[in-house]
Amino acid sequence: MTANTIQLDNQGRLKHFLSIEGLDKTILNDILDYAESFAGVSGRAVKKVPLLRGKTVINLFFEPSTRTSTTFELAAKRLSADLLNLNMATSSTTKGESLLDTLQTLEAMHSDMFIVRHANSGAAHFIAEHVGPHISVINAGDGQHAHPTQAMLDMFTIRRHKPDFDNLKVAIVGDILHSRVARSDIHALKALGVNDVRVVGPKTLMPANIERLGVTVYDNLGEGLDNVDVAIMLRLQKERMISANIPSEREYFQRYGLTFDRLRVARPDVIVMHPGPINRGIEIDSSVADSKQSVILQQVSHGIAVRMAVMAMTMGNNPGDNS
Amino acid sequence: MAGIRIENARIINPDTSRDEVGVLCIDGERIVSEDSLKSADTIIDANGKWVCPGVVDLCAYMSKPGQDFKASFANEAKAAVASGITSIACPPDIHPLIDNPAAVELILRTAADTGNVKIFPIGALTEGLAGERLAEMYTLKQAGCIAVSNATKPLLNNEIFRRTLEYAASTDLTVFYAPEDPWLKNNGTVNEGEISTRLGLPPVPHTAETVAVSTALLLMEQTGAKIHLTSLSTARSVDMVRKAKAEGLPVSAGVDICHLFLTDMDVDNYHANCHLVPPLRGLEDKNALWTGVLDGTIDVVCSTHQPISLDAKAVPFTSTPPGASTIEMFLPLFLDFLSKNKVNPVSGLGMVTRNAARIINRPLGSLSPGSIADVIIFDPDISWVADISKLTSNGKSTPFANWQLQGKVSHTIIDGVLVYQID
Repeated sequence: MTANTIQLDNQGRLKHFLSIEGLDKTILNDILDYAESFAGVSGRAVKKVPLLRGKTVINLFFEPSTRTSTTFELAAKRLSADLLNLNMATSSTTKGESLLDTLQTLEAMHSDMFIVRHANSGAAHFIAEHVGPHISVINAGDGQHAHPTQAMLDMFTIRRHKPDFDNLKVAIVGDILHSRVARSDIHALKALGVNDVRVVGPKTLMPANIERLGVTVYDNLGEGLDNVDVAIMLRLQKERMISANIPSEREYFQRYGLTFDRLRVARPDVIVMHPGPINRGIEIDSSVADSKQSVILQQVSHGIAVRMAVMAMTMGNNPGDNS
Repeated sequence: MAGIRIENARIINPDTSRDEVGVLCIDGERIVSEDSLKSADTIIDANGKWVCPGVVDLCAYMSKPGQDFKASFANEAKAAVASGITSIACPPDIHPLIDNPAAVELILRTAADTGNVKIFPIGALTEGLAGERLAEMYTLKQAGCIAVSNATKPLLNNEIFRRTLEYAASTDLTVFYAPEDPWLKNNGTVNEGEISTRLGLPPVPHTAETVAVSTALLLMEQTGAKIHLTSLSTARSVDMVRKAKAEGLPVSAGVDICHLFLTDMDVDNYHANCHLVPPLRGLEDKNALWTGVLDGTIDVVCSTHQPISLDAKAVPFTSTPPGASTIEMFLPLFLDFLSKNKVNPVSGLGMVTRNAARIINRPLGSLSPGSIADVIIFDPDISWVADISKLTSNGKSTPFANWQLQGKVSHTIIDGVLVYQID
């Protein structure tokens, strides 16, 4: 079963949202357009729309997360859904219950949607394959595989600043090896028509054959940033640097940390992005993170609108329904 | 003792290149010439069928991971004999772990009591397979082990590797070595390349195998040990073994049936039944393995059968135990491989009979008069589908589920006794 036969229903509409890979430009643009329509909701006095009223959404986080789980929570609430937050690290799965048994128990509670974060690549895909047909699964990050809603909020943020995707130059900088965000961003950028996508980092942080995803590999930050419109800085996943990936944080910052000086080779209107949480002074200098070129906080608030769009679409709502 | 006369069969004896329609006679536990069998109380008309030596499988697990050998042996043995496998070399990383004579005895006794398939235990190379201290190889050999191995468990360092090889050589035991550098493997689960990158799965580089193969070949040269490389997966390993053999090194090598049919593309979409050790590699590697088998660089093909339940594989990919149930599909798949390469069964079947028997130094794998009568009758005309609900093995997790297969074993004879007959 390919990712798409499981993600899309027989009319080609989103049933689950597991991975950007394989989704076409039309669906991605639908998500972005729909998210635009929700972006205003947060600014209103009554911040709710009734699209998911009566639906039960379960946040199934097997791995710690702050911003992703809270923005999903806010998105669910603004769609009027009932939401249950389950911290799976302290649940019955640690008592030896199998993942499938846990899922069946939650299904028996008449839930409609699982939002899943898991340390294993493929976990959301696995869950989608095994849940009942009335349940939608949204991948909120699986191992080193995919983080598709993060990619969509990144695309949303880029589109707001630079809508002409065809002529964009985008650099993704840092720990590509362990990054699900990088993989999903690459698939989204390519699907939306960006030709010049670069990945920048030392060989130790570069996964094998990454160029087959349609990107150019740079190990020099200056060359990688040359003339770019967008710089996406990745978090150095210190907790995953178990082996010999980098000698020290200090040397990493020296070679790959983003400073204003480094940014000078990029286009003057370059925007700087980061999925958060930021390691200041390791992958990005504070002055850059807090500058007007930084759109990092916009990414966070766009996350709510984008997640509302994805949740509404997988539950059978379509762009234009709430205009 | 009763005699068996098999008539009208296509007799395929890879040991002597005999391939003709005729009669095969068995008296007691041996194959005899037609005129020396006075009377037969079993006559089998094998018209349209093939008669060949029973398959000698140099690697099959007879129990699920963590399960007692004794608890599951009878069932897996039944699956084996019904599939034409008459001898199995059993790796040491089972319960009980084969690093002491009591374990060897338990395994041999269980096999003698419950199944008809012949079990050849492989003893541990190091104590507890911990990779640190030499196992009592001589004691294990005396108890009945036919080789020694550390299975897929790592050795602490190359000094230990060297000493185990030296000691095995002094004990005249072949070392079955699974070439895998644990540091380069680094807990990887799939071949390093585009697939591992796309799926975000921890990768196993080619060098995890090639570095280990090159180390093994160099240490073989130094120590004079005999090494059998259990399952190769990469093109470079095949090249290195070919070169070493040309230089006269007494190395032998095997490949798993899965690696002749599948590549890392089959792992796509997190197909846990394709989570194997060594991992499935790229297409060019698969092609090189084919060439290696065909030119004799690779001596044997094994099932590396592992009975793994569907439940154990019903978790996210990286949490699944590696391995697959293959024993019941093995022979039709292997014959399909031969036919795809236009290799006559009489030339090809030696790889899974005589060659394998030679590596474990056992007088098996021949139909010549005087040979031990481990014989199978194979019906090439039966088409069947590998329906997992109909598998005899307790392992239902297989990448070959629903494959259309050609040919099935109809009779299995071990030591002159008819132990299996198709319904």
